[in-house]
Amino acid sequence: MIALEGMVAQSGDFILRADLAIPKGAFCALIGPSGGGKSTLLLAIAGFVAVTAGRVVVAGRDLAGLAPAARPVSLLFQDNNLFPHLSVAQNVGLGLRPDLRLSAAQAARVEAALAETGLEGLGARLPDQLSGGQRQRAALARALLRDRPALLLDEPFAALGPGLRAEMLALVRAAAAPRATTVLMVTHHPGDARTADLAAFCASEDGAGRIDGARPSAALFADPPPGLAAYLGATG
Amino acid sequence: MNGATALSRWPRAGVAVPGAAALLLVAALTLGAVAVVALRAEGPGALSAADWRAGWFTVRQAALSALISVALAIPLARALSRRRFAGRDALARLMGAPFLLPSIVAILGVSAVWGRSGWVSDALASVGLPRLDIYGMPGVLLAHVFFNLPLAARLLLQAYAAIPPERWRLAAQLGVQGWALFRLVEGPALRGAIPGALAVIFAVCATSFAVALALGGGPRATTLELAIFEAAVHEFDLARAALLALLQFALCAVAALAALALAAPLATAPGLARLTERWDGASPAARIGDALAIALGCLFLGLPLLAVLLKGAPGVIGLPDAVWAAAGRSLAVALVSAALTLALALPLAALAAALPRRAALWAEAAGLLPIAASPFVLGIALFIALRPWADPAALALPLTALVNAVMAAPFALRILLPPLRQAQAEHGRLADSLGLRGLARARILYLPRLRAPLGFALGLAAALSAGDLGVIALFSRPEAPTLPLLMHLLATSRQLDAALGAALMLIGLSFGLFWLFDRWGRG
Repeated sequence: MIALEGMVAQSGDFILRADLAIPKGAFCALIGPSGGGKSTLLLAIAGFVAVTAGRVVVAGRDLAGLAPAARPVSLLFQDNNLFPHLSVAQNVGLGLRPDLRLSAAQAARVEAALAETGLEGLGARLPDQLSGGQRQRAALARALLRDRPALLLDEPFAALGPGLRAEMLALVRAAAAPRATTVLMVTHHPGDARTADLAAFCASEDGAGRIDGARPSAALFADPPPGLAAYLGATG
Repeated sequence: MNGATALSRWPRAGVAVPGAAALLLVAALTLGAVAVVALRAEGPGALSAADWRAGWFTVRQAALSALISVALAIPLARALSRRRFAGRDALARLMGAPFLLPSIVAILGVSAVWGRSGWVSDALASVGLPRLDIYGMPGVLLAHVFFNLPLAARLLLQAYAAIPPERWRLAAQLGVQGWALFRLVEGPALRGAIPGALAVIFAVCATSFAVALALGGGPRATTLELAIFEAAVHEFDLARAALLALLQFALCAVAALAALALAAPLATAPGLARLTERWDGASPAARIGDALAIALGCLFLGLPLLAVLLKGAPGVIGLPDAVWAAAGRSLAVALVSAALTLALALPLAALAAALPRRAALWAEAAGLLPIAASPFVLGIALFIALRPWADPAALALPLTALVNAVMAAPFALRILLPPLRQAQAEHGRLADSLGLRGLARARILYLPRLRAPLGFALGLAAALSAGDLGVIALFSRPEAPTLPLLMHLLATSRQLDAALGAALMLIGLSFGLFWLFDRWGRG
């Protein structure tokens, strides 16, 4: 589970206030205008942006003071999830050992994660020999190996076409379900948010961001609050 | 890239004619100068064993200077890239200083710290150890590392700044630390920057003159540039001077081409690059190592500057009138030189930005020719060419300004070209579709982006010219010296207090000029 209780995160002049509760194993979408603080929220949970007040609890642990590597979360960025000079298998292997001295058993786990994400046989390639979708699959494979209770997705599929995006979302859900991983995904696409179990709206007002809980996404989109309705516009 | 020229392919006459003229002038003043000197020589010259020794020494000292500067710059850049501390901005400005510091002043400062009667020797003597003797290779290396360590550190810091922030976050999330982090994140970025830094510093050090003159110490530590000066001025053996110049040209052309191919242009802002938030280096060992690197870097760069300031301050009071007159001459030379630099570099940059890709590369390479040229050969060629018509000594100051401008043009070109290309690439098509041409195009499309680079380039050219002790030594009559020449004369005639006072004034002149122009550029 992911629980934010009166959390205030500050990045430069920007302030984000958030209250949010996502039960274990749920898939929650976070939607809202650019610059509203969606990415800041993920960076704060992952330990990259300072939390100045309130609590961040993941899988029952208060994350205050924990280094990024010690947190029970994996974060996928929109871009630059792979080191360009390491092979795909090495990039995935980093999830098991940062110094890449993998045992035979660990190497086999890397192969299995590649297979699970549809990258069978591509382990020897360099990232720039992969398509954009394949690169994000490799990043997902590494997150699967790390097997942290929470998976944070910062629009990692935004650059993909609609078909590929749907495919990647299905892959994430298929991988998260058996592991009971809690997923929090930032997205610009209302369509993607509708398919999630839960959805939260990140409002932006006067250079500050505000997240006020998550609701079942069908309910949220059936009766959007004024800010979300304005964001969705006539086509919403 | 060449959106505006995709249809017409070749630049319009308003760009092509001034650009081609500047290009021809630069080529004539570099390659042509060698030809003039060679033709004037009586019979084919021959290089002596001493000349070859000078060549070998030039290569060795330049290579060692480059290696040491870059090796020391790695821990310094690493520490600066991940630490925030009070005075970080001041340190950033300090790192920009040696490049602008007149070499003759820097030599004085380095000697005041490391020389026989310098601070380090005093400290050694006080505990009964022998004093240092830096003349020869050690002195040349010390001075060159003093000049180039900050340059190397800034190039490496740019490489650090180019690492995407996600990569640091990713490494922090995966728990990658220490050596593994260096190999995974920093190594690949540095590998891209180090060859360029090595090549640039090699090229700068290979044409070193003042450092070798003051600290080289005898025939065993002579650079090619110094050998050219001695062959031409002391022995008036023009044939040998021309041959030496060709040798130096070949050597520096290789280094300069390598630098052009490998090095990224130095960012306009002389400060530190954008600060990325970092999660590494939290261990006590890393903290101590970084603190040590920064402290030693500050001392190594700061102490010679401090020595000149402390020792020079008393000398400023009661400076002879001759110093003020010399400062006036240097100011005039610097301003004219800065204007001439722009008159060469701006048309060249405009031409290179408008040409199709391959031709642009040739134009840029030709514009960089002066890096490999010897200012003395250029000076001698001008001397030979002008003597039938005018007394070169009477033209000493204009000729010095011209030679300084030609030597500064490559730097200005490297500063102006990237923003011109960027403006062209990003808004060139928009400007075309709006029918912006000629002056309107310059005012709306180019000038807003060029103001800061123009200020930086003008400041650099003026400061370099004000502090240059080189070609003026060829022409000048002793009764009308520039400030660096007067300072050199004072220092060699043992009037050290007056020399240090003049040094302080020279620092004020160089840095003041740079500051004024750069400030104008920043609006």
